[in-house]
Amino acid sequence: MAEQLDNYDSYPDDRGHFGSYGGRFVGETLMEAIYALEEAYNRYKNDADFQAEMDKDLADFVGRPSPIYLAENWTGKLGGAQIYLKREDLNHTGAHKVNNTIGQALLAKRMGKKRIIAETGAGQHGVATATVAARLGMECVVYMGAEDVQRQAMNVYRMKLLGAEVIPVESGSRTLKDALNEALRDWVTNVDETFYIIGTVAGPHPYPAMVRDFQSIIGREARNQILTATGRLPDALVACIGGGSNAIGLFHPFLKDESVAMYGVEGAGHGIETGQHSAPLCAGTPGVLHGNRTYLMQDDNGQIIETHSISAGLDYPGVGPEHAWLKDIGRAQYVSVTDDEALQAFHDLTRTEGIIPALESSHALAYASKLAPTMSAEKILLVNLSGRGDKDMHTVAALAGLNF
Amino acid sequence: MSRIRQCFEKLKADGQTALIPYITAGDPEPWVTVSILHALVDAGANILELGIPFSDPMSDGPVIQKACERALKNDVSLHDVLDIVRQFREKDTETPIVLMGYANPLEAMGYKEFAINAQKVGVDGVLTVDMPPEESDEFLSIMDEHDIDTIFLVAPTTSVERMAKIAQYARGFIYYVSIKGVTGTASLDVAEVTEKMATLRQCTDLPLGVGFGIRDGKSAAEVAEIADAVVVGSALVRCIEEHASRPEELPAALAGLLAEMRHAMNTNATAK
Repeated sequence: MAEQLDNYDSYPDDRGHFGSYGGRFVGETLMEAIYALEEAYNRYKNDADFQAEMDKDLADFVGRPSPIYLAENWTGKLGGAQIYLKREDLNHTGAHKVNNTIGQALLAKRMGKKRIIAETGAGQHGVATATVAARLGMECVVYMGAEDVQRQAMNVYRMKLLGAEVIPVESGSRTLKDALNEALRDWVTNVDETFYIIGTVAGPHPYPAMVRDFQSIIGREARNQILTATGRLPDALVACIGGGSNAIGLFHPFLKDESVAMYGVEGAGHGIETGQHSAPLCAGTPGVLHGNRTYLMQDDNGQIIETHSISAGLDYPGVGPEHAWLKDIGRAQYVSVTDDEALQAFHDLTRTEGIIPALESSHALAYASKLAPTMSAEKILLVNLSGRGDKDMHTVAALAGLNF
Repeated sequence: MSRIRQCFEKLKADGQTALIPYITAGDPEPWVTVSILHALVDAGANILELGIPFSDPMSDGPVIQKACERALKNDVSLHDVLDIVRQFREKDTETPIVLMGYANPLEAMGYKEFAINAQKVGVDGVLTVDMPPEESDEFLSIMDEHDIDTIFLVAPTTSVERMAKIAQYARGFIYYVSIKGVTGTASLDVAEVTEKMATLRQCTDLPLGVGFGIRDGKSAAEVAEIADAVVVGSALVRCIEEHASRPEELPAALAGLLAEMRHAMNTNATAK
């Protein structure tokens, strides 16, 4: 049962809480740093100069606004609601991640920080961070799970070309969560001169709110574009969820539009029933990790368990706290699709529309392909095509038995 | 009076500084932890800090991270940690025990159930690394009800205003983290620590411990001059790592290391 609130903009509260989620669960050494960040962000988010600088970069450097595109062939094939794609895949660096790294890097510059660190899973956030660091002339260190370094070799090379140091993380499950641990350790050690650009709507307050605000440009643009194109609001939004930044970016500007349904799509991996998945909202329980309280994949003793997804960007045991809250109050629905379903959607969109989507975004597409046929032809489905699939060529080719 | 407070009062009367060793429970094998704890007390430990293994120890360096991984290979849970304390208390009812770990295992058990169980087996304090005062209200009131001291960290980055706030939430003693960084990665700067300790003393009457970056008798003795307690962790855990395939040798090996620190601290105190 959806509880319709009209004050979504007043969350999180001043302690960084979305209901019982969120907060500031970090070691004492970082507390002053996250307060300093919060203070700087609050100062600049309404500062005209800062906003103008960001808008200019988003337009001239990133290429915004990204269009919405009516996928007519695919719509026809599925038979049902009209499917519009928000083309974040057309952004510079190939995904929505750059919206956030532009914002945080400009903030870092204003705060006088010379060194940028980041964690990355699929490598998209790492590339987007290395890109802005190169442009602003900042030192950049990216932590990446050793497992991901292997499956995303192309992005590792891109980061190195851009001048970033990529540090493979060998601890734990050697994926995104371990990269985050290592980045937090770096931040604790180099807290005075370092700005930590978190890539998703997780981490301690103010990150979930700040990253959401930077990514909300997706939903603000899409809302105007769909109104212009069709004269009305969409009936449903669909976006994939790893940490949840592209989803919250699309959802947030629509939260008050009661008629708009929202579906966040998690990675069901080999299937929820196998336990090998990355779907904390669908199959996890609340707990505390990486600075906030949220839904987690954990065992009965509170140990974080290993996740699986074909898509490195979804392979994370937690999720942004605002999604945890939206789930509990019923404003958004959280569902999951398997590796195989995502892969099918990847091929379908590629062949019918000539667009190669990222494997992450293919999860949203797979769910849209289930949803559309259940809706009538006058209904509108807006799917966030959060990134392009160039980085996934190795993964997809390997499944077909090919090696480059 | 709590065991922790009693301990500090007695040491003060004797003109001594507390020595607090840290080990991760169940590392490298669960069966050896109780023997190690007794051996550490025999070698001069005044309070014991027992780590709750966690899969994602974000504030710890590689040494303690690997200790968690070794313990978790044996599926050491918070229940097992409490059972280790219960076994230890069969022979030692005096030495205070502080559990140190991360919020999530406590959340998974539930604060209330944790407090009831911890009190029952004889836990005296708990330090939750990633739970600052801002997130501690409920936790603190439950721990207070069950006479478990909440130990908090103060860092080199902590402002005077925050020190005062932390002092309101702290029970037992306050733990000053002597370096900016994770556990076991750098050596501390005594002059800098001395200055911070003086500021911290103006905010609280609680005893002050210093940890992170103490690796041998010399650094232990230096810190003992300015602190009420010296906490040593990674140096011991490194020794556990070296003996991981021969756990039966650990009680003696760790006792040897700790005795050297105790000796250096005592000799230094007498020489003054």
